[in-house]
Amino acid sequence: MKIVVCIKQVPDTAEIKINPETNTLMREGVPSIINPFDLHALEAAVRLKEQRTVRVTVLTMGPPQAEGALREAISLGADDAVLLSDRAFAGSDTWATSYTLAKAISTIGADIVLCGKQAIDGDTAQVGPETAEFLDIPHISYVRKIESVEDTMIKVQRLMDEGYDVVQSSLPVLLTVVKELNIPRMPSIRGILQSKKCEIRTLGKDDINADENDLGLKGSPTQVKNIFAPESTAEKKMIEGTAEEKVESLLGELKKIKCL
Amino acid sequence: MDYFLNENQQIIRDLARRIADERVMPVRAELDEKGEFPWDIMRTIAQSDMMAINIPTEYGGLGMGGFEFILAVEELSRACLGVSTTFAANALGTYPILLYGSEKQKKKYLPDIASGKRLVAFALTEATAGSDAAGVQTTAKLEGNEYVLNGTKQWITNGGEAEIYTVIAMTDKNRGARGASAFVVEKDTPGFSFGKKEDKLGIRASSTRELVFENCRIPKENLIARQGMGFIVAMKTLDKSRTGVGAQGVGVAQGAFDASALYAKERHQFGTPVISFQAVQHMLANMATEIEAARSLVYSVSRYVDGGAKDVSKESAMAKLFATDVAMKVTVDAVQVMGGSGYMKEYPVEKMMRDAKILQIYEGTNQIQRNVIGQSLIKETAKKK
Repeated sequence: MKIVVCIKQVPDTAEIKINPETNTLMREGVPSIINPFDLHALEAAVRLKEQRTVRVTVLTMGPPQAEGALREAISLGADDAVLLSDRAFAGSDTWATSYTLAKAISTIGADIVLCGKQAIDGDTAQVGPETAEFLDIPHISYVRKIESVEDTMIKVQRLMDEGYDVVQSSLPVLLTVVKELNIPRMPSIRGILQSKKCEIRTLGKDDINADENDLGLKGSPTQVKNIFAPESTAEKKMIEGTAEEKVESLLGELKKIKCL
Repeated sequence: MDYFLNENQQIIRDLARRIADERVMPVRAELDEKGEFPWDIMRTIAQSDMMAINIPTEYGGLGMGGFEFILAVEELSRACLGVSTTFAANALGTYPILLYGSEKQKKKYLPDIASGKRLVAFALTEATAGSDAAGVQTTAKLEGNEYVLNGTKQWITNGGEAEIYTVIAMTDKNRGARGASAFVVEKDTPGFSFGKKEDKLGIRASSTRELVFENCRIPKENLIARQGMGFIVAMKTLDKSRTGVGAQGVGVAQGAFDASALYAKERHQFGTPVISFQAVQHMLANMATEIEAARSLVYSVSRYVDGGAKDVSKESAMAKLFATDVAMKVTVDAVQVMGGSGYMKEYPVEKMMRDAKILQIYEGTNQIQRNVIGQSLIKETAKKK
């Protein structure tokens, strides 16, 4: 069985600053990490490897320095890594990114594709499901538990606002996962040694049989006009006092606005 | 100070540090309070290959040395001595097999030990046999193809949690120290049970228990080395493991120093951070100097042991003695630097002070270490004549 885990190298938002003039992330000097949700996807793949014969390939699209994220994924138990990197991919929105990833996954081959539910820098949660659409395979989002995996079938729990759904799908399938799925492991010494010497395969536009018009900025229907922080207009009120007093006045306030 | 660690050594130190920071520190106070065995952390440590470090590659290990192992011990000790004691006692219990086990025994046990699938414990101490290791009363009598064990071991680290026990028992009481033998006893062997679980001052996350043998029959092939070699196996095991206890001392001292130095910088009295007072600075200066001296000695001895030195009793005793005396002094001083806060459970140094005390006691009290050093000095001076 082949599993592809899609990961994204993102700036560590714990350390991030926003440029007040352009409202964009200031990436300079900010440490890069693997998108935290993707670590849960990788952990799920590595745990499946412990149960059955599985080859786990980790895939990322990004500049050459994204290799660091791939090597870290190897140290956490992935078998091999593919870097999708080409000048033609620059400026991709979620549509073009999904198209490119889908082309790469078709080239690599996969029974299960695992993604984090969203990246902590863009927060769109679009790339996973869109990639499944381009691959023309089913997808299940917000997976909180993998119940069982068979050769042609998978059964998972999908996290919902109130409880969860049990969803069964044929393979191949794409899953996006939430952090409730597992606790990602620490790297192993063997994994780190392996990650330092392993070869990272790089794929460019010519390797994945992609239509150039669908790649990068040219293939991106999204045009960013302006980025801004929405102004908060809601009325605010701070409730003070002891715990009892706070509860009392909160109840009063909620009743006043007919919430209760 | 830079100790010129090679790439593998840096990888191990950094990974152990990360496990200590992310997985041990957040739970250490709770483990201490509840006296709870750190199974989750042990699984993380195993999954990270930390238990494979000094097991040869042919038995599923990484084939590295004792020095690489003590780097991991030091980092874990910086966060919690209860956790590092559990980890180090696992290695202690493994040494008899590693040093004297038959090919068959190594093949049977070492792969599971390296992967962390089975924990190990070393059982020498008894009610009548502490510093006087020759006072062992537990007997092992050969009957056909089996040894029959009877007796009670006391204060055994990892007792009850470990699945593999290396046990010293008397096969011939009349021969004194030469009548002892070493055995492997597996958990769940009929006649092998666990007694009282101790309630301790410190290292409360680690398990300390009695092992009770009542007509416990084990296969003859579980004898380690030859009959009568038990004390040699035990002494060589302790020679190997002492630098690990030294590394525990360095680690806990560093942890206490870091906490107290940080506090001294943030705590203001008389309108200024207390670290600006010379009285506090001098305490911190002494602590930092002693820690570095201890680390230098422990690292040097560990590298000396790995280098294949034949007799390491004196040097490993020196490393254990010095580093653990430093640990006791530094943790006491860390509490003093932090004053009332240091005494409170809100901060980690009171626990470190309680934990550190055991280092001067177990695996040979520091008085016994001085005896070992003294006896070596007598031999050395005799040779010089």
